[in-house]
Amino acid sequence: MWDEATLNMLVQGVVETLYMTIASTAFGYIIGMPIGILLVTSAKDGIRPCAWLFKTLDVIVNITRSIPFLILLVAVMPFTKTIVGTSIGSTATIVPLTLSAAPFIARLVESSIKEVDKGIIEAAQSMGASNFKIIYKVMLPEAKPSLIVGSAIASTTILGYSAMAGFVAGGGLGTIAINYGFYRYEKELMFVTVALLVIIVQVMQAIGMKAAGISDKRK
Amino acid sequence: MSEAIIEINSLCKTFVTKDRQVNALNNINLTINKGDIFGIIGMSGAGKSTLVRCINMLEKPTEGTVFFDGTDLTKLSAKKLREVRRSMSMIFQQFNLMMQRTAEQNICFPMELEGVDKKAAKEKAKELLKMVGLEDRAKAYPSQLSGGQKQRVAIARALATNPKVLLCDEATSALDPKTTTSILKLLKDINKRLGITIIIITHQMSVIEEICNRVAIIADSQIAECGRVEDIFYKPQTAAAQKLVYPEGKLTDKLIGKRCMRIVFDGNSSFEPVIANMVLECKAPVNIMYADTKNIDGKAFGQMVVQLPQDENLAKKMFSYVKAKGLSVEEVTGYVG
Repeated sequence: MWDEATLNMLVQGVVETLYMTIASTAFGYIIGMPIGILLVTSAKDGIRPCAWLFKTLDVIVNITRSIPFLILLVAVMPFTKTIVGTSIGSTATIVPLTLSAAPFIARLVESSIKEVDKGIIEAAQSMGASNFKIIYKVMLPEAKPSLIVGSAIASTTILGYSAMAGFVAGGGLGTIAINYGFYRYEKELMFVTVALLVIIVQVMQAIGMKAAGISDKRK
Repeated sequence: MSEAIIEINSLCKTFVTKDRQVNALNNINLTINKGDIFGIIGMSGAGKSTLVRCINMLEKPTEGTVFFDGTDLTKLSAKKLREVRRSMSMIFQQFNLMMQRTAEQNICFPMELEGVDKKAAKEKAKELLKMVGLEDRAKAYPSQLSGGQKQRVAIARALATNPKVLLCDEATSALDPKTTTSILKLLKDINKRLGITIIIITHQMSVIEEICNRVAIIADSQIAECGRVEDIFYKPQTAAAQKLVYPEGKLTDKLIGKRCMRIVFDGNSSFEPVIANMVLECKAPVNIMYADTKNIDGKAFGQMVVQLPQDENLAKKMFSYVKAKGLSVEEVTGYVG
């Protein structure tokens, strides 16, 4: 089974998986980060309380987070098709992955920023900082180590989801595992793909923790 | 007298919680003059922190006005208020430095907000660090600094925008006595050298005695007493003031009903052995119940509570002896410690 074709397939699987994970994480942050920030600032004890905005975002995030990924994956297929032009393959999978990652990321960002000491924000206010400057000069830099840890969690979770998309020909290692292990009972190949997934998760998590440690000046 | 820099008129602040209203501040009137080191003292929960936050509008007063340098802050737009806040800095009990920035970067922060050129900001930060005695710690992160050093960095940061007023919210409460003294000395130096008006919120009378020239005593959400530190120290009028000025502790209970007098020392006299001379002159011993003298504003300052002999005439003689020495003296009756 270890012919060149199989190896090439595995390499392509790894590349596709990384592509999906990185792209979905990036898009997930583009959507989820602003939502996370707004969740903090519009909260009752935030720098600009706004009850209706907070409630709306809170409910949207909770609803989207409670939809199982596989259901979402199938449900948004028509939408995926209009955006990407197809509903199979790794590029198509990025759409549901992003949609499911964004609310999760919003919560991660929210909890990271909430860790920032209220006193530091009050000090910035006392120095005449605008809310916008408080966000990007105080909250985000102060929450940086925690945000980096959050991104490691987010990307590994998204990686797991991307493998699930294998069931609907989503591409990447997940598809290989399902095609060979599930449909053809080629257990060895399935184990190899799973091992590869484990290694990728380990590496991403280690990089995330290391980066967070380096950026954290509190110790 | 000098002109007013902050004028607070009939200020009220009410917090509304789910089931009740809390009157944190009730009809506060205060005038703080340019160059003052103004103390605001009170017990925990008296409303002092709320009051200082009403001065720079971190808390919006429910009623009343706050004039700063002639402008009514309660009527300013958010944008204008941000500008004003740059000339009214604040330091905190917990220092509130940004943990992910070095000391120098922390000091540069308010200048970044102002749009000061990076190089000029760095130059100024260096100067300020030197002023607070931390020129060698520019690259240190707050986690690498001691409490006193953190507060010095916070003071340097507060001075970066050349403020007219410095608000200190329990700035020394998290520090040990020795560090407290050094920070107070620094504040006094800043007041003298830069002419910055300083407002100090504290619950420690010792802080007020050490550097303030005027003081307001706040109790039960109101100003109980306000005036020169010496006056309030000599003759506290209200129960709230007496509670803070008179020696604390169990001692005071024992004093009630006994023949005790409280002597307040000013400038010259504390260097003269008044009590010893009095004892020699009257040929009768007294019991020193309490004594506390220190150097305030360059003058020796302090108080002493002595128990006089049972003999009424002797006691009277002692009383008039001390009075003749030009000391402020009063019979201590049933005050509550």
